[in-house]
Amino acid sequence: MTGLGPLLGKELREQWRTKRLLVVLIVFAAFGIASPLLAKYTPELIRALASDELANAVPPPTTADAVDQFLKNVGQTGVLAAILLAMGSVALDKERGIAALFLTKPASRGAYLLAKLLAIAATLLAGTLAATAVGYGYTGWLFETLPVGGYAAMGLLLFLQLLVYAALTFLGSTLARSSLVAAAFGIAGLALVAFIGALPAVGSYTPGGLSEAGRALALGQQPERLIGPVATNLATVIAIFVVAWWAFRRQEL
Amino acid sequence: MPPLPPADRTDVAIGCEGLTKRFGTVLALDGLDLAVPRGIVFGFLGPNGAGKTTALRLLSGLAHPTAGRALIDGISTAAGEPNRRGLIGYLDQNPRFPGWMTGRELLDVVGQLYGMRGAAMRQRVDETLELVGLSDAAPRRIAGYSGGMRQRLGLGQAVLNRPPVLLLDEPVSALDPEGRHDVLATIRGLAGSSTVLFSTHILADAERICDRIAILDHGRLLTDATVGELLERYAQPVYRIEPDARHVAVLSALADTLRGVRGVTDVIEGHGELRVLTNDPEATGPALLAALAAHRVGLVAFERLRPSLEEVFLRLTGRGAEAAA
Repeated sequence: MTGLGPLLGKELREQWRTKRLLVVLIVFAAFGIASPLLAKYTPELIRALASDELANAVPPPTTADAVDQFLKNVGQTGVLAAILLAMGSVALDKERGIAALFLTKPASRGAYLLAKLLAIAATLLAGTLAATAVGYGYTGWLFETLPVGGYAAMGLLLFLQLLVYAALTFLGSTLARSSLVAAAFGIAGLALVAFIGALPAVGSYTPGGLSEAGRALALGQQPERLIGPVATNLATVIAIFVVAWWAFRRQEL
Repeated sequence: MPPLPPADRTDVAIGCEGLTKRFGTVLALDGLDLAVPRGIVFGFLGPNGAGKTTALRLLSGLAHPTAGRALIDGISTAAGEPNRRGLIGYLDQNPRFPGWMTGRELLDVVGQLYGMRGAAMRQRVDETLELVGLSDAAPRRIAGYSGGMRQRLGLGQAVLNRPPVLLLDEPVSALDPEGRHDVLATIRGLAGSSTVLFSTHILADAERICDRIAILDHGRLLTDATVGELLERYAQPVYRIEPDARHVAVLSALADTLRGVRGVTDVIEGHGELRVLTNDPEATGPALLAALAAHRVGLVAFERLRPSLEEVFLRLTGRGAEAAA
C-alpha cells in the first residue's frame, strides 16, 4: 500500500474542498430532522384534514414510526448519495488522466483505490452520524428518549448498508471509463441486492437486513440476527474492493 | 544504423527491446529497439500517430506492451517497479490535474509520495515552483490556470524529486515563444543529472536542445543518431536561386538547363525560384553561377541553404514529396 497516507490526505481534502462533505452533511441532517417530524405530524395532519371516520382510523404516532421513517428516509437518500459519491471516483480520474498523474509516482494501485474508498466511506459515515445525532435528538423531543447506544448502533448499521452500495458503484467506476456506466452498475447492484433480500433464507444477510437489526437496537430490543449480517456485509465490501483492485492493477491508464 | 548496446547495460538509462504495442488491428509501435545513454537529452521525433506517445506510455508503465520490453535503469517497466522506486518523472502531453487543488498543494502531495517531509519538502517545492516560473501562481487553484501554466506545473511535478529519468511528452506544445524558450532551457539544464527523453514534432526545438534524436514513423524507428550525424547523413546540400522578374516566365527552361550542371541531382521549381539539389556542393556552386552567367540570367538571390533537421525529417518520413506538392 505504498503512498496510502498522502493519497488519503488528498482524497479527504477533496471531499471537503469540492463541498461534497458539506452537501452530504446538510442533506443527511435535514432528513434526520424531518423523519421524526413526519412521523409525529403526518397523522395529525391527516386527522385535521380528513373526515371523522378516516381520522379515527389513523393510529396515534409511536416512537417505532419515527425510527421506521428515519431508516426509510435516510436509507433512500443515503443510497443515492453513495452512488453519486462513488460513480465518478475512479472513472473520471482515468478519463481525465489524473490517475496516470499519481500512479507514475511511488504509489501503488491498491493504495490509490483504498484511499478513494476510505474517503467516500468517511463522507458517508459523517453524514450518517449527523443524521443519527439530529434524528436521536428530535425523536427524544417529540416522542421519548431511546437508548443512545442502540440508536447509535442503528446509525452504524445504516452506514454499513450504504457502504455496500457505494462499494458496488465503486467497482463499476473502477471497471468502466465512464461515471454513468458506474452509476448504472450501482443501480443494477441495488436491484440485485433487493432481489436477494426478498429471498427468505438469505434476506437478513443483505444490506436491507441490517435495517431490521438496526430498528430493533434503536428501540431497545434484541435483534433476531446481528453478527451474521454485519460480518456478511463487511465481507462483501472487502470482497468488492479486492475484485476492484485485481481488475485495476491490470488496466492501462 | 550500428547495432545497439543491450538495453539493460548499466550505462543505458532508457532501453527498449522489440517493444511492440498493438491496439486491435492497429500496430502503434512495431518492435522498437532503443538504448539511451545516461545524462543526455534524447529527442523523439515523428509526425502525429508515429507512436511517440505510445512508446512513452509503455516506458512510464501506464500501458503494457504486446511484445518486447521497456527498461528504466535496467528494470522492466511492466510491473511499475521504476515508478515505485521514484526513478521516473513523467509529463503527459495534455497534463490534467485536480482543479480544486492549488499548484503548491499538488506539488506537496507529489513530494509526500516521494517521501519528502517538512522544511526540506517546502524548500524543494519552492525551488521547483521557481524553476518552472509558477511561484506567483502557486497559491491559486489549478482550475484557473492557462494551458501553458498547466504544462509548466506538469514539468514541475515531473522534476520535483530530480528523478534519474524524465519522460516528457510534448512538453512545450502549449507554451508561447518565451515560455517555450524558458522551458527548453530548463530541460537542457537537467541534462547530466537526469536523462531526458522528450517527444516533439517541432524540429527546431529538438535541434536546439537534443544530444541525440530518434525519428519514428508508423510505429517504426527510422533512425537514431546525433543531430550532426543526421544532417551529414541525410541532408542533401541545396542551392536556392531566385531569378529576376524577366526570367521567372522561363523558369522551366532554366531548370532544364541547370539539370545538366556538374553534380546536380535534381532541380525543383516553385514560388518563382529554383532549388537545386547536389551531391557535390563545392563543385556545383561555381558551375551553377557560370551557367547562369552564360545564359545572362539576372539574379535576385543565390544562396547555399543550411541543411536543416526538417529536411532530414521530411526525407526520412517520405513527406518531402507531399510537402513539395
